[in-house]
Amino acid sequence: MELFVQQLINGLTIGAFYALVALGYTMVYGVLKLINFAHGDLFMWGAYLGWVALTFAIASLFENSVFVVVPAFIFVMFTVGLLGIVIERVAYRPLRNAGRLAPVISALGVAFILESIARNVFGASYKVYPPELLPSGGVGIVGDVRINYVQLALLLASVLLMAAIYAFVQFTRAGTAMRAVSLDHDTSRLMGINVDRIISIVFLIGPALGGIAGMMVGMYYGSFDFTLGWVFGLKAFIAAIMGGIGNIPGAMLGGFLLGIIETLGAGYVSPQWKDVIAYVILIVILIVRPTGLLGERVAEKL
Amino acid sequence: MKSLRERDITVKPVWIYLALAVVSLLIPALMDKYWQSVAVLAGIYIILGLSLNVIVGYAGMFQLGHAAFYGIGAYTAAIINIHFGVPILWLIPVSAAVAGLFAFFLTRPIIHLRGDYLCIVTIAFGEIVRIALKNDIFGITGGPNGLSGIARPEIFGYAIKTPLQYYYLIWIFVVLSIFVIQRLENSRLGRAWNYVREDELAAEAMGVDTVKVKVAAFVIGSAGAGIAGLLYASRYRVIAPENFSFLESVIMFCIVVLGGTGSITGVFVGTFGMVVLPEIFRPLKDWRDAWLGVAMVVMMILRPAGLWPSRRLKLEIEDSADSALDEPAL
Repeated sequence: MELFVQQLINGLTIGAFYALVALGYTMVYGVLKLINFAHGDLFMWGAYLGWVALTFAIASLFENSVFVVVPAFIFVMFTVGLLGIVIERVAYRPLRNAGRLAPVISALGVAFILESIARNVFGASYKVYPPELLPSGGVGIVGDVRINYVQLALLLASVLLMAAIYAFVQFTRAGTAMRAVSLDHDTSRLMGINVDRIISIVFLIGPALGGIAGMMVGMYYGSFDFTLGWVFGLKAFIAAIMGGIGNIPGAMLGGFLLGIIETLGAGYVSPQWKDVIAYVILIVILIVRPTGLLGERVAEKL
Repeated sequence: MKSLRERDITVKPVWIYLALAVVSLLIPALMDKYWQSVAVLAGIYIILGLSLNVIVGYAGMFQLGHAAFYGIGAYTAAIINIHFGVPILWLIPVSAAVAGLFAFFLTRPIIHLRGDYLCIVTIAFGEIVRIALKNDIFGITGGPNGLSGIARPEIFGYAIKTPLQYYYLIWIFVVLSIFVIQRLENSRLGRAWNYVREDELAAEAMGVDTVKVKVAAFVIGSAGAGIAGLLYASRYRVIAPENFSFLESVIMFCIVVLGGTGSITGVFVGTFGMVVLPEIFRPLKDWRDAWLGVAMVVMMILRPAGLWPSRRLKLEIEDSADSALDEPAL
């Protein structure tokens, strides 16, 4: 039982990261019907930029303090968000009317570029987040089950971010416009919505969330390298599909679900096969519900 | 004006094909060993591209896990060859059949999924197969190190050793694939694929068994990938799970789309872009992937329908231009 609860907590933490990255996939998909394969690499860039910011801050600006983390988060959010906007302008906007396949190839091209630059600039070795930065220890819950402070803080921060995004999409003007654009570009335009601007906003928020998640993953695991983007991005994409792509609560649900399934699979079956377990469950979910857990049925063509 | 059907079955004069055949046979003889090896690899990717084209180009389904069937073909051939000593070229039907069978059993339950959902499931298959190979499933795949000691192919007791000899072997398979694909394209099944791709609902209403037709595309395409896997195994004689990773599936997918979906010439152009171009970029060393990425983005922006789009697809798109406007731009 204690093992189970402990695994559940670990699964929730990893699931929160998946959910944040999955939000980026699902929001972009919502407005552009595009699988943004570059998203995983934006996430990886978040991990690198966070590492740069923290290492730099510790070395020069501040004393060794937890409060360095907040400005670093903001820095990562804005740089990765800006990167997202630039990518949309350069690589996706010219292909807006070119069917479904061409933008996918363009996205894969951008992914190659981002990964290659990261590998060349930062090198192929593992980068280690400053370990002395984060408090150790944790709080006991029941019996021997503990949740450490880092986990707690990251989990809390992710949930807050998700709540903020949900509120933004549901209750603000821009959020309403975003939902309108995801239904129909032309009609939105007729209603006076600046579709290009809304798409830019999506490409600011999605990658910003992905970037933050990257930094969180870096802090959580302590180290990472440039292959992080592919692996984690693919998983988050699976989470988005699991919940029903284009659906924002679906991405969160899918993320948490995937995280929990994966950790429980690793704990109870075999760590080597944990990914296979996650994939098999994905396939079973899709056989039962072909458009994901919360997705709606829409006709589409390649 | 000629009818659509008449236009797309007009065949180019035979001398063009003969000239291409002669040129493609002679040129590699003039290259050095390194470029001959690149040519062999390109040949394998052309077969992979042609087989994936059946699924993506003709039947219009996202398939980002083609490497799974490529790997299944390679491992089938390698395991039987190593353990039972069966000459590798005799195993062609076996590799094709095993890959095709896997494709049947894996895709049949999920064939009703649409677009991106199907895409993610194919990615999942690719990963499941790779991880299963890596974890030494049933103790026969050799784990992360893979299998080695696969025999060289022999033709009438004559072992194939140099890259040039391999090139000619692969060349035969490429020509055979083109022949088969062209026959398929104009067959009843090929026309059914076109129909399903353009309008699945209408196809079903006209009595096309869409499930059967789509599964057939997966089975045929995967069988082709299985043969390509066998050729890969016989060429390198060492195979490992990482040879059949998600990146390989991505490269195959790019070959098909970059060249122009549904076009045989497009597969050649796409292979040049994704396999030969990176070799040309080799002097750029570490920055090679970045330039490949730039090339992919630029090529798509300049020619969104692919570098060498299928004439048949183009006609259909132009003819249905007015109806395409009703749909959301993406």
